[in-house]
Amino acid sequence: MTREQTISVWQNRVRMRVLSAGRGPALVFLHGAWGLAWDPFLDELAQSFTVYAPEHPGTTPDAHDDIYHLDGLWDLVLCYDELLTALGVDEAVVVGHSFGGMVACELAAAYPRRTRRLALIAPLGFWRDTEPVVNWVMLDPAELSGYVFTDPGGEPAQRLFGPAGPPDVANAARVRLMWAMGATGKFIWPLPDKGLKKRIHRVTAPALVIWGQDDRLVPAVYAEEFTKRLAHARAHTVGGAGHAPHAEQPKEVARVVREFLTTPP
Amino acid sequence: MKISMFHLMPHRELPPDFEKRYASVWVTPPWWELADARRVGQYYNWTLDELLYAANSGFDGVCTNEHHQNAYGFMPSPNIMGAVLAKATNGSNVAIVQMGATLPTSNPPIRVAEEYAMLDCISGGRLVAGLPLGSPMDVNFCYGITPMEHRERYREAFALTLKAWQAREVFAWNGRYYQLANVNLWPRPIQQPHPPVWVPGSGSISTFDFAVDHDVCYCFLSYSGAKAAKSMMQRYWQVVTDKGREANPYRAGFLQLVAVAETDAQAEAKYARHVEYFYHKCLHWPPQLLSPAGNQDYRSLVANVSNPIRRADDLKALRYRDFVEKGYVIAGSPATVRDRLKADVVDGLRVGNLMVLLQIGSMPHELTLENIDLFARTVLPELRPSWDGDGWINHWWPEGLRDAAPRPVPAGVGASQA
Repeated sequence: MTREQTISVWQNRVRMRVLSAGRGPALVFLHGAWGLAWDPFLDELAQSFTVYAPEHPGTTPDAHDDIYHLDGLWDLVLCYDELLTALGVDEAVVVGHSFGGMVACELAAAYPRRTRRLALIAPLGFWRDTEPVVNWVMLDPAELSGYVFTDPGGEPAQRLFGPAGPPDVANAARVRLMWAMGATGKFIWPLPDKGLKKRIHRVTAPALVIWGQDDRLVPAVYAEEFTKRLAHARAHTVGGAGHAPHAEQPKEVARVVREFLTTPP
Repeated sequence: MKISMFHLMPHRELPPDFEKRYASVWVTPPWWELADARRVGQYYNWTLDELLYAANSGFDGVCTNEHHQNAYGFMPSPNIMGAVLAKATNGSNVAIVQMGATLPTSNPPIRVAEEYAMLDCISGGRLVAGLPLGSPMDVNFCYGITPMEHRERYREAFALTLKAWQAREVFAWNGRYYQLANVNLWPRPIQQPHPPVWVPGSGSISTFDFAVDHDVCYCFLSYSGAKAAKSMMQRYWQVVTDKGREANPYRAGFLQLVAVAETDAQAEAKYARHVEYFYHKCLHWPPQLLSPAGNQDYRSLVANVSNPIRRADDLKALRYRDFVEKGYVIAGSPATVRDRLKADVVDGLRVGNLMVLLQIGSMPHELTLENIDLFARTVLPELRPSWDGDGWINHWWPEGLRDAAPRPVPAGVGASQA
């Protein structure tokens, strides 16, 4: 069973819902640009950790406009510092997907002592002119799923983008998705290189960089950008997965993440 | 009422299969495959000549606007065009209607305040200052402004602009998006306290509120015609009433595509392919470019997803007669055009500031002059007195031009002057 709490940070101007489950050391999961969906991957991790999955500012239901209180990445990172303090988490292992992977890196660069280990799943944060990251906001909405998932109609895709259903259900999912992309887009528009290259050297935590072999959104070559800059990092490629390997191959990704996070240095 | 000629400055010679070969007319169309700089120089000159021809034919104003990276209308700087028009129309009663320079893409945005003040000085106080939000294509996709900040930046820049025109002292602007320690505009506009302000919109409720709260002229720049705009403009007038403002028709502007010929049949023969070119090629872009995630506030997003304001028609499936029948374009004989403009637009939408798009898509220069000439001689004089009997004052028109009807220059002179 997941637990749910809403924590106010930023002088009570930003409310962030946090889903949590499991027991053990603290693990923080930071979701991607399409909103938080609790999934089998998080259930797997919850067998070994106390998993905290916060919603990025603006993506918590009924707190949409809170996003307007943040101006940039620095504000966002400080919000996460306040959130961890409010959760009573001094240090944690941090797992981040896509946009959340970039935020995890920024958090680890700003607060090296808060971050014991990093598992980065197809993280954003860099830009190569020869391998442009796809701007998903420019895509035909009907094609977005095919860029994130190898099986655009599969269960993991439906979990993130909403199931096909009657208009009111589909409309609610559409609003949720659009707003999540807008709220996270605030920190990565028009392209997701916001200076991490200047700060990533501050990260001291050992890192595992995970990429889906068939990532159509952020090419897998970006793993090199992380492994060459992080002092202690290695890469792991997942077959049969696109931009959300933890959603498409939850058992495999949970296993490698758990092994990495629990093996003594 | 006041009637102005609007120009988009489109690419007039896109290939016949353009919409099949390319994904979008905006943001990504390849310049090197589609355009030639010398030929485009000709388009700019034709555009200026056409607007000046209108100015000399009896129109009240000439309108230009700003767009980027597209073949549908590419005046990245409307103020360059406006400067030519201001100089060339000196001595006339024609307003220079900039619809206009886009605040969020100008950094710092007082650049727009400065250039508009220059235009007002050059023209002797004939500027109408359009202050558009800018399209998502231009502002978000071409100029890199974060969609979620687009409206906030606009509103801050709007407040800064009005203050910069009027402040008696040097002031500091400590804004969220713009910080300027010494704002002291040189020059200031001739018109006091500032030139009339028009705010173009596309029907979003938050822009109605903004326009009425700031007491500006709300302009609906529509390509879908009056029928499609009816309920939207009713909501605008409801907001005007709800906020306690008088229902002065000059508080509303509307853009209408118009094509006039001697008869309805001749209009079809002359204009059909240019109208179809406009709707099939010039408006060819994927719908997601119009509403990137974050560009709409949450309230508008919810409203729009459940009840899209976007037209339901598939434009590519429509032909000339459909566009006329559905009111996208008002085309036909002088009597047809006059009657439909009067009934559907002027009275139907309660519009005091009418803009007409008379160069449509691929329409060549000579035919455009013909359209302007016929409209100016046969339609414009009959529409002009529309609101005269009601005693309304057009507060949104340069004060010195309010009561002055521009006099047409004898035929032929206008074009050669240009």
